[in-house]
Amino acid sequence: MILSGNPPRGKLLTALLVLVVVVLALAPFLFPGSKPANVAAKICVFALLVASYDLLLGYAGIVSFAHTMFFGIGAYGIAITLYALGPSWGAILLGLGAAILVAALFALAIGLFSLRVQTIFFAMVTLAVASAFAVLASQLSWLTGGEDGRTFRVPEMLRPGFRLIENGPFGITISGRTLSYYLVFCSVVVLFLVMLRIVESPFGRVLQAIRENPFRAEALGYRIIYHRTLANVLAAVFAACAGALNALWLRYTGPDTSLSFNIMIDILLIVVIGGMGTLYGAIIGAALFVLAENYLQTLMGAAFGALNASGAGFVANFFNPDRWLLWLGILFILSVYFFPTGIVGKLRAEPKS
Amino acid sequence: MSVSLETRGLTIRFGGHVAVDHVSCVFRPGELTAIVGPNGAGKTTYFNLISGQLRASEGQVLLDGADITAESAPLRARRGLGRAFQLTNLFPNLTVAENVRLAVQAKAGVHYDMLRPWSLRRDLIARADKILESVALESRRAHTAAALSHGDQRKLEVALMMALEPRVYMFDEPTAGMSVDEAPIVLDLIARLKRDTSKIILLVEHKMDVVRSLADRIIVLTNGACVADGEPAAVIASPVVQEAYLGIAPKEKGNAA
Repeated sequence: MILSGNPPRGKLLTALLVLVVVVLALAPFLFPGSKPANVAAKICVFALLVASYDLLLGYAGIVSFAHTMFFGIGAYGIAITLYALGPSWGAILLGLGAAILVAALFALAIGLFSLRVQTIFFAMVTLAVASAFAVLASQLSWLTGGEDGRTFRVPEMLRPGFRLIENGPFGITISGRTLSYYLVFCSVVVLFLVMLRIVESPFGRVLQAIRENPFRAEALGYRIIYHRTLANVLAAVFAACAGALNALWLRYTGPDTSLSFNIMIDILLIVVIGGMGTLYGAIIGAALFVLAENYLQTLMGAAFGALNASGAGFVANFFNPDRWLLWLGILFILSVYFFPTGIVGKLRAEPKS
Repeated sequence: MSVSLETRGLTIRFGGHVAVDHVSCVFRPGELTAIVGPNGAGKTTYFNLISGQLRASEGQVLLDGADITAESAPLRARRGLGRAFQLTNLFPNLTVAENVRLAVQAKAGVHYDMLRPWSLRRDLIARADKILESVALESRRAHTAAALSHGDQRKLEVALMMALEPRVYMFDEPTAGMSVDEAPIVLDLIARLKRDTSKIILLVEHKMDVVRSLADRIIVLTNGACVADGEPAAVIASPVVQEAYLGIAPKEKGNAA
C-alpha cells in the first residue's frame, strides 16, 4: 500500500492534504508566473525538510539544531559539482551522492559521539557544529563562493529557456521551469512516501518507543544509541536531498538560502504548527507557513490601502505591510495556544477511550 | 535448555549508603523465589542490579556461568533476563497493542527493519495478540497505554515481560494496586509459568498470602543484606523474619504491606 498502512486518519485532515497535494501537483498550470512557482517549489522543499526533521524530533524525540547544516550540505553538493564540472546530469548525481555521503558521515559521527548524553547536551553539540559549519562555508570562498554563494548552470532541460511543448493543446507550454518544478515535486513525493514507510516499520516503532520511554526500550533489549544514531543519519540524508532539490530549483546556493539559522527557526515553527510526530504535519505546516510568509504582506498591503482610503488611518496602521512579521508571530502564538498538538494532531482522531 | 543465575557478593553504594550489601544467592530453574523485606530494604535495587538498570559497586552477576556484571541492560535482556517494573513503565502514547508488539519485536530480534511496514508482520502481530489475551487485555488493544486503568497498566507491564519470553522472570510487586478481580489474572499467569521447570522466577511481593501460595523459597532482605533464605514455612517462622519483617504486625496475616 502506498501510504504504508499509515493513513492521515480524520476526514477533514485527509481532505486538506489531498487539496494541498493536488494544488501543488497542478501548480504550474493553475498559477502561471514565477512567484507562484517559487512559492510552490518552496512548499515542496520545506515539506520534505520539515518531515525529515519530524523523523528526528517527533518520532525519535531528538532535539537537533544541525538540520540546516545537512540541508546546506545537500545544496552545496549540487552547487560545487555543477559549478566545477558544468551542467550535466552526471554532475547532479555525483553532487547528490557526495552530499548524501558527507551528510551521513557527519550525522554518524555526531550521533555516536553525543547521542549517549542527555537530550539538552546533544542539542548544544549540534548547535555548535552547525555554527562552525556555517562559518566554514562562508570562509572557504574558493570552494563555496563565500558570502556570495555560487550561481551555476543546470542541464539544458531544466533551464527557463527550454521548451518541451510550445503552445500545445489548450495553449499549454511546458518549459524547463515546469520540468524543474516537477523534478522537485516528484522527488519530494517519493521521498515523503519512503519516510512514511520508515516510521511505520518496526524500526520506526522502536524510535517512538525510545521517545516515549528510553529506559523501558532498553529493558526490552533495544540498544537505543544505535537506533538514535540511525535516525539521525536518515534525517540528515533526507535533509541533504531537500537541500539539493532547493539548489536545483534556485540554480544558486549561498549561506542565506541554505545554512542560515533562520531556516532552522522556520523548520521548528513549521513542525510545531503542523504537528510533531505525524509527518503529515510537515505538508500542512509548510503550505501554511510558506503561503503566509509570501502572501501575508500582500494581503496586509491590500487591507492597509483599503482602510487608508476609507479614512480609518489609525486602524490602518495595524495592517501596515511593514508589520507583517508581527502578524506572523501572533498567528504562531495563537496556533500553538489553540493547537498544542499541531494542526494534524487537532484534526486527527486519536486512538483513545 | 535450563538456566542458571547467581549473584556473588553483589553490592551497591550510593555515597555512604549501602543499598544492597554483599548479597550472594544461587537461583535454580523451576524454582520461584520470593524476595521480601520492609520498604527500603533494597529489593528493587537488587532487581535493578541483576537486570542491569544499575551497575554494581562490587560483586558479580552470573548468568549461565558467564559474568554479565559489566553488560548493559539491553544486552542482559537479550540474554533472557525479563523484567516487569514496580512503577508502571510503559510507552504511554502508544496503543496497548503497539506496546506488546514492541516487546514481541525485540524478542524476534527485529531491530532495524525499516523497509517493511508493521502491518505485514502477521506472525508478530498474532503473537502479540495471544499475549494480550493471556492477560485479558484484548478488548483494550486500540487504547493508548496512558488511557488504561491502573490495574490494566499493571497487566500490560507483565504482558511486556511475557512477550520477551525470558528465561528469568523478574516480577516486582506485580499485583500492587490491583483490584481483587484483577490480581488473580496475574497470579494465575505466574502459577502457569511455574509449570515450566526450565525457568527461574523471581518475585518481589509484599502480600504474604501471595508469597505463601506461590513461593518455593523465600529470601529476606533487610537494610540491603540477606538475613534469611530457605523454605517458605521455615523462613516465615524464623525469629529474624518475625522481627525484621513481620514484626510490625505478626498476627495480621496476608496484609504485611
